[in-house]
Amino acid sequence: MIDEKQVRHRPPEDGVSRRDFLKGVGGSITATAVLATGAEENAEAAKVMPALGQRLKGTVRVSLNINGEVKTAEVEPRTTLLNTLRDHLDLTGAKKICDRGSCGGCTVIVDGRTAYSCMMLAVDAQGKKITTVEGLGSPEHMSPVQEAFVEHDALMCGFCTPGFVVSCSALLAKNPNPSLQQVKAACSGNICRCGTYPRVFEACLAAAKKMKGA
Amino acid sequence: MPGWKKRSEMRILGKDTPRLDGPIKATGRAKYAYDINLPGLLQSRILRSPHANAIIESIDVIAARSMPGVKAVIITANAGDEMKFAGQEVGAVAATTMERAEDAIRAIKVKYRVQPHVVWPELAMKPGAPKVHNDGNVPKPNKRETGDVDAAFSKAKFTSKGTYTVAVRTHASLETHGVTCRWDDDTHLTCWASTQGVFSVRDELAGTFKLKPEDVHVITEVMGGGFGSKFGAGYEGVMCARLAKEAKAPVKLLLTREEEQLAVGNAPSASATYTLAANEEGKIIACDVKGYSCGGIARENFPMPFIYDVGAVRSEQGVVFTNTGGSRAWRAPGHTQASFLMEAAMDDLATEMGIDPLELRLKNDKHPLRQAQFKEGARLIGWERRNPKPGLGALAGAGRFRRGLGCGGAIWYPGGQGGSQCKVTINRQGEALVEIGVQDIGTGTRTICAMIVAEELGIPLSKVKTNIGKSTLGYGVASGGSVTTPSTAPAVKRAAESAKAALLALAAPKIGANTDELDADDGKVFVKSDRSKSMSFADACKLAPTGGIVGNGRFEGTPQRPDPLQQAGVAGAQFAEVEVDTETGRVNVIKVVALQDAGIILNPLTFTSQVNGAVIQGIGMALYEDRHMCQLTGRMVNANLEEYKLPGPMEMPEFVSIPFENPTATGVTGVGEPPVIPTAAAIRNAVLNASGARVNEAPMTPALILGALAEARRRANA
Repeated sequence: MIDEKQVRHRPPEDGVSRRDFLKGVGGSITATAVLATGAEENAEAAKVMPALGQRLKGTVRVSLNINGEVKTAEVEPRTTLLNTLRDHLDLTGAKKICDRGSCGGCTVIVDGRTAYSCMMLAVDAQGKKITTVEGLGSPEHMSPVQEAFVEHDALMCGFCTPGFVVSCSALLAKNPNPSLQQVKAACSGNICRCGTYPRVFEACLAAAKKMKGA
Repeated sequence: MPGWKKRSEMRILGKDTPRLDGPIKATGRAKYAYDINLPGLLQSRILRSPHANAIIESIDVIAARSMPGVKAVIITANAGDEMKFAGQEVGAVAATTMERAEDAIRAIKVKYRVQPHVVWPELAMKPGAPKVHNDGNVPKPNKRETGDVDAAFSKAKFTSKGTYTVAVRTHASLETHGVTCRWDDDTHLTCWASTQGVFSVRDELAGTFKLKPEDVHVITEVMGGGFGSKFGAGYEGVMCARLAKEAKAPVKLLLTREEEQLAVGNAPSASATYTLAANEEGKIIACDVKGYSCGGIARENFPMPFIYDVGAVRSEQGVVFTNTGGSRAWRAPGHTQASFLMEAAMDDLATEMGIDPLELRLKNDKHPLRQAQFKEGARLIGWERRNPKPGLGALAGAGRFRRGLGCGGAIWYPGGQGGSQCKVTINRQGEALVEIGVQDIGTGTRTICAMIVAEELGIPLSKVKTNIGKSTLGYGVASGGSVTTPSTAPAVKRAAESAKAALLALAAPKIGANTDELDADDGKVFVKSDRSKSMSFADACKLAPTGGIVGNGRFEGTPQRPDPLQQAGVAGAQFAEVEVDTETGRVNVIKVVALQDAGIILNPLTFTSQVNGAVIQGIGMALYEDRHMCQLTGRMVNANLEEYKLPGPMEMPEFVSIPFENPTATGVTGVGEPPVIPTAAAIRNAVLNASGARVNEAPMTPALILGALAEARRRANA
């Protein structure tokens, strides 16, 4: 029988350090990253990396700023922000639908920009300001976008809804007066299978109008 | 028995009403089966065959069992078992985290003896193809002949022949199939299920584990889409309960996106060669049709011919088996395919005859309501603008972008299914609680239940609470065949009537009248003939005993014994305007007009949402959705959501949804399926009208459109 604790707190020499990883097989990846992103960003990444913990195996404690609160979780380095929210922090508003960045069901706002939380590691989300659909409003105190979604029936089964609410909210934060085409573009990273799109557009435009009037 | 109120008398029903679970859905608080987190919850994964046809030689789970965090490993396939498609289940693992469950699945060593496979129906039909089932790939077709077909063809003035095909589509429900299970003790199981049938999941689990049905609690407060694919507990449901039993801990098992695409249903492909014959007057006098469908390892048929009166009919219909995941009911099973094949043949015949395709339909459609719908739809889309000949006219123009119009019709049959049991409780605080086990699959069933009670009792909607989606409550039907509303609404209405009657009986002595002289509305209980003799609803409720007043209602209608509160058989027609980019072959749907009979519409807001959604799925069928199988590897190559293309925000047209009721309707019916039927056909025919491209396959990809345009040019120059 393997003791859970032993596995979790495996000594560092048992695992591969992030530095070793980058020096070894990942060397070519690093070089590619330098070419792709520029030396400046890479240097920035190098500064952050040691702070994330050296081990690729076992678990790390992450501290995340979510909806204005600091939350901690013990996760593996490979654990996505989405799995961390859902399985470790019981924030189940963001949905795992495709788990590969093609449906938008897991959309959250990271430092003011929409992001697919299935495509971001929890360790990489540290030090960033994260807003989930739960942070935008509650059933008793809905945000104008959430209210408009309900009023215009911009949801059916509701599984994609948190992603659309977050996308529309992020749009209106940047552009309080969007055109229909801009709303469509802002939602173009989200998929709905029930087919609520026309009413999502209506709701987003109505929320914009309401927010301007307020 | 009282019927539904007249529309003019309805206070809550028939009015746009936002759904009651909207706030929890829009704020991320709704708890789907997949969102249930319990103390000590384990995550799990299923191991599947990567081969389309293989025999299992051995399975080694030793490494997987000893991995950190792994709590249960169950293998269901045995050495010697044949795997018939890539994605078939081998076993499952539960572990402390998702990542560990995935690692453990990868650590199970299965040795397969790979055998030849066939995943394309055209190849599966050839002699010598690898056999999917022991008795072959092509069962004996059904043949049928009515009337003298040969004589009719010999008399025909016009004939038209074409072969039309619809690809396999996947349901692609956004919440994948699955459940969260917890054993409360050895004989009591709680299961949060993503299902269209709370009671069918209950019965399947009770049967599998030899439990009393009442000891299996299935909960579905909300669920993330099913579209016909989520009726039973399924392999994943049963395995989740087995893993939970073995691990002695609650387990969550929901499929990955890839598994969802591979293994839990699809709409079968369909292909038909139609030969239609018409006489001088434009009346169709004969139809010779040969078709087949392919649902992988399963079988399913489609109606042919479809909706029109086509005189003498000779039909031959078969199925073909392939080494691919089995088909399941897909929103209006067989009917979307049937519509595309038939309506394409209709427009091709009209082209051959040189007449307006709408005129051809009106001459050959016996359904009086659809006749009216076709005429009204033509008015709303501006049918007079259509190009008099395919690709030629003012609407098409002469430039790169060509516009055109097309249409199609639909029929759907089922009304309610008997058995629903509803309970309405009025408490002493003047509130009502409506309880029925039926699930709301996103159509707004929960909201309708509360609206009916509020209407009957004459109280605001805010005073009605709902408790639905639980197998511990009164029976509710599975949501298939668009039966949910016609089966549920009558039971709810009767439960509310019964509770109201009991309340009026309590109030009668206080008001000084007989019970049958009283009614309740607008927050009051009053004498019908003299409304000044009244008391407030709230005061009347104070007369109730501590436990409140309970009313029960049932729905027992059957097709043989129809219930006047529900209706069966609804017609629909749709019109599409499209723009074809003749350089890229891309089709842009500009506008869709949908006319749909749905009996008495209880909530127009959610009615329109369902029609919009159906049209959008029809756009997907017409232009994008296609399960691609690779014959070389036997695998699905687009088992994801970026290459299995669903309609997205950028592809949305203008929607015009018209509730087009039968004026004699006295009952309610469901609208989940009917409006998905004719959309793809209307778009296909609009593409033909716009560009002259006769595209005979769905989805109509740019490559097919460009090919059809080239063919149209060849025909024009010949």
